[in-house]
Amino acid sequence: MNAIIFSAIWGVLMMFSGIFIKTKAVIRNLAIAGVALLLVVNLAELNHLLNLHINVRGMLVFDSFGMLFNSIAFAATLIYFLLSARDIEDVGVNQAEYLALIFFVLCGISIASSFNTLLMLFLGIEIISIPLYILTGSDKKNLKSNEASLKYFLMGSFSTGIMLMGIALIYGATGSFAVVNLAKQLDGFAPVMMAGLLLLLVSMSFKVSAAPFHFWTPDVYDGAPTVFTSFMATIVKAGLFITFVRLFDAAYGPSLAQWRLTIAFIIAATLFIGNITAVFQRSVKRMLAYSSIAQAGFMFFALFGYNEYAKEGIILYAAAYSLATIGIFAILIKMKDYTFDGYNGLAKQQPLLAFVNTIFLLSLAGIPLTAGFFAKYYMLLAAVKSGAYLWLVIFAVLCAAVSAYYYFRVIQAMYFKEGNGQVKEISPGFKLVLGILAGLVILLGLFPQLLLVHLYF
Amino acid sequence: MIAVLLIMIPLLGGLLLFTVKNEGSAKSIALFTSIAVLAVSLLGLTVMNSPADLNCDLRWISALNSRFHVGLDGMGQLICLLTAISFPLIFVATWSNVYKNGNRFYALMLLSQAGLMGVFLAMDALLFYFFWELALIPVYFLSSIWGGEKRIAATFKFFVYTFAGSLIMLVGIIYIYFQAGQSFDMHAWYNLKLDAGTQNWLFWLLFTAFAIKMPIWPFHTWQPDAYEQSPTAVTMVLSGIMVKMGVFAVIRWLAPVLPDGTYLWGDTVSLLCLTGMIYASLIAIKQDDLKRLIAYSSIAHVGLMCLAIFASNKSGLQGTMMQMFSHGVNIIGLWIVANTIETKYGTRKLSELGGLAQKDPALAILLVIVALANIALPLTNGFVGEFMMFNGVFSSSVTRYGVIDMAVAGICIILSAVYTLNMIKKIFYGDSNTLTKSGTPTSFPVLASLSVIVVLIFITGVYPKPMLQLTNDTVDAILRYMKTSI
Repeated sequence: MNAIIFSAIWGVLMMFSGIFIKTKAVIRNLAIAGVALLLVVNLAELNHLLNLHINVRGMLVFDSFGMLFNSIAFAATLIYFLLSARDIEDVGVNQAEYLALIFFVLCGISIASSFNTLLMLFLGIEIISIPLYILTGSDKKNLKSNEASLKYFLMGSFSTGIMLMGIALIYGATGSFAVVNLAKQLDGFAPVMMAGLLLLLVSMSFKVSAAPFHFWTPDVYDGAPTVFTSFMATIVKAGLFITFVRLFDAAYGPSLAQWRLTIAFIIAATLFIGNITAVFQRSVKRMLAYSSIAQAGFMFFALFGYNEYAKEGIILYAAAYSLATIGIFAILIKMKDYTFDGYNGLAKQQPLLAFVNTIFLLSLAGIPLTAGFFAKYYMLLAAVKSGAYLWLVIFAVLCAAVSAYYYFRVIQAMYFKEGNGQVKEISPGFKLVLGILAGLVILLGLFPQLLLVHLYF
Repeated sequence: MIAVLLIMIPLLGGLLLFTVKNEGSAKSIALFTSIAVLAVSLLGLTVMNSPADLNCDLRWISALNSRFHVGLDGMGQLICLLTAISFPLIFVATWSNVYKNGNRFYALMLLSQAGLMGVFLAMDALLFYFFWELALIPVYFLSSIWGGEKRIAATFKFFVYTFAGSLIMLVGIIYIYFQAGQSFDMHAWYNLKLDAGTQNWLFWLLFTAFAIKMPIWPFHTWQPDAYEQSPTAVTMVLSGIMVKMGVFAVIRWLAPVLPDGTYLWGDTVSLLCLTGMIYASLIAIKQDDLKRLIAYSSIAHVGLMCLAIFASNKSGLQGTMMQMFSHGVNIIGLWIVANTIETKYGTRKLSELGGLAQKDPALAILLVIVALANIALPLTNGFVGEFMMFNGVFSSSVTRYGVIDMAVAGICIILSAVYTLNMIKKIFYGDSNTLTKSGTPTSFPVLASLSVIVVLIFITGVYPKPMLQLTNDTVDAILRYMKTSI
């Protein structure tokens, strides 16, 4: 509850700060302080220290799973602000509004990660989506940004419509919005109910950009200003996945056998399309868009598994993926040329940048000693434990091997190719935060339980 | 304690080297570190060899029931000794090689040593996998930065091959983990008796990774390119030690865990091994490039080791372990010669060399001894291992084709004599040409390291008993688990 209240209030605060405060640095620091505050109050709630109790009539439920993810999201946002807040200023004139919108997205994530009725699910998802439509189009004079925004908005509202339709059908079949009861209603064959669940599944798959509903992702991620792509592709995506896992556990899990084949198909298609298409990209930014689709395929194993490893795994995956991708994007923003060739010879010019970038890329590829390894590992654990579709697991690891191809292309460009990769001005603070981020990735890669232990408070 | 030191010394030494900017001191520190590792390894062999000294079992990831469990048994001792001996030899023999950013080169070399030690010491399957992957990363960077002209593509092929294999192995590891009651412990795995049907397919999940690493035909295509394009010091690590990871892993993590699978697929794997041996030997005969020749010879030798494991008897397994050590030493010797010739004359083509024996008699003598060991002449270390392996294959009770296997493998030994002696002839005898006329005697460090290798060749060739005793217990234990199924 703390997170929802504070993020909403701080969002409003940020909105008005644009009117009263004229110094950019103050606004920036205000946002950083806000996110730090969010992190603190959320951790306090997770540890049962401070809890603003409001009677929500069971529509929201605050368990350690949701709150732990909120902490990860806020910590990731904090790092994101520390690394890229200056770049947000470069997007346009409305710096305070951009930051306010990000806080509203965080508010949406907090709602979506703790929903207990379909109504709250819808509300959470919409609060996440609408600010993102604006952020995508925030580079007003750029045609690609406008196109991306419009595309995102149209496709997004379409999928929202599908979601509403699904919720309506489910309500019609059960007479309730409660997610918990959903499972119990599923005995016997109920066409209306099935149709509702299917529509809900489709719309959620759209939101997390799983194939075959992924077509908006590359264009939107590519067109949006890179700072906001970074936010969308990491924290938002992880948040939506957590929501999806919550929904799936409650609504689909008990009758998982019926849904396994559908999920298996989505996983296989997502992994295949994401990985294969990423191989052919020239621009690192677009490659990262496809990589986010490919990573979504792995995160889907959390739905497929439906056991304790799946829950632990998705938390770890959210952390590992967000941290690494934020780092890669932060470096990408500083590059003058977004193509692979733009990275040529970066190791000579900026040894530290190249080194931490390598760690992040290795983490995404799932090499041991990085957080990404245990993230993937837990997903495979969940899938193998479920005992079904071992071929899918093998297919997934082969796709992971393909993913090494495009991640390593960046490493090859940085270290093994001659050239002078140009970077913009870089402050020592930026390097320091990146160093800390890389340290976190390695720490989680050695001791994943440091994070997971909080699931059992 | 010993086990932890074997990993930590090269790891810390490697990390330290990243901060040392001076090329010369980086070299010395690397050499010193590797000698320290050798000293620790010898200490573990002789004085501090109680189980308490050799093992270390710490909490790691309790949620997964995975422990940081490292330890040395007889086989571990032998292969760790090989790893420990190899690095000082490599550093000394390539002492005069100059690398750009040399400190990083040596740092990565030491990190790869730490990874290799971890693979050989891990008693926990997850830890084993961890190191298995980690050993690859430094080597990838070493070859890609300091390698030959086509290094990026060749090394990347190598990387993707092994990475794909490892990931498939990971699925197998996870599956066995659940079957073993959520345990990664080696002994829990050994005592696990899966039904034959499961072992049947599970076998390939693990074996693919090991076969790629060894490499067994038809998984070998990465290897000649990678060996050729890597800087020779790295090639020595690759072929001397890293290849043994695959052989070692089959003995430690495959045969005792999946005895039925090993038995069922024994003949199929043997067929692959034999095909690969013949194939690699024939290609080696036709090679003109010195590095590629040694690379293919390595495929042939490793094929024999794999064949002997699947004979599933004492002679075969002991021979394999013996040969892992001997082949490691011998092939490093061959690479040292290749490196010397390449740096001196700027070519690796056999057709451009000749008559070097007059100019450089010491090198010629040493190479001839190493080469004879490579083709397993009696009195050399190669003979002991290969004889035992042949004996094992011949008397194997798990296959009906033991005699045929041995006959075909025997042909490969003859072929190996053909290409090895041919190589000696083309490099050292015949008329010298304009390139080799200017030849000078080889420098002292190279001769010193080659002499050490020659001494090792003779000692283990004439008196192999200590080594056989060392691995005796491991072999008995592994056979006990393997025999339960037959």
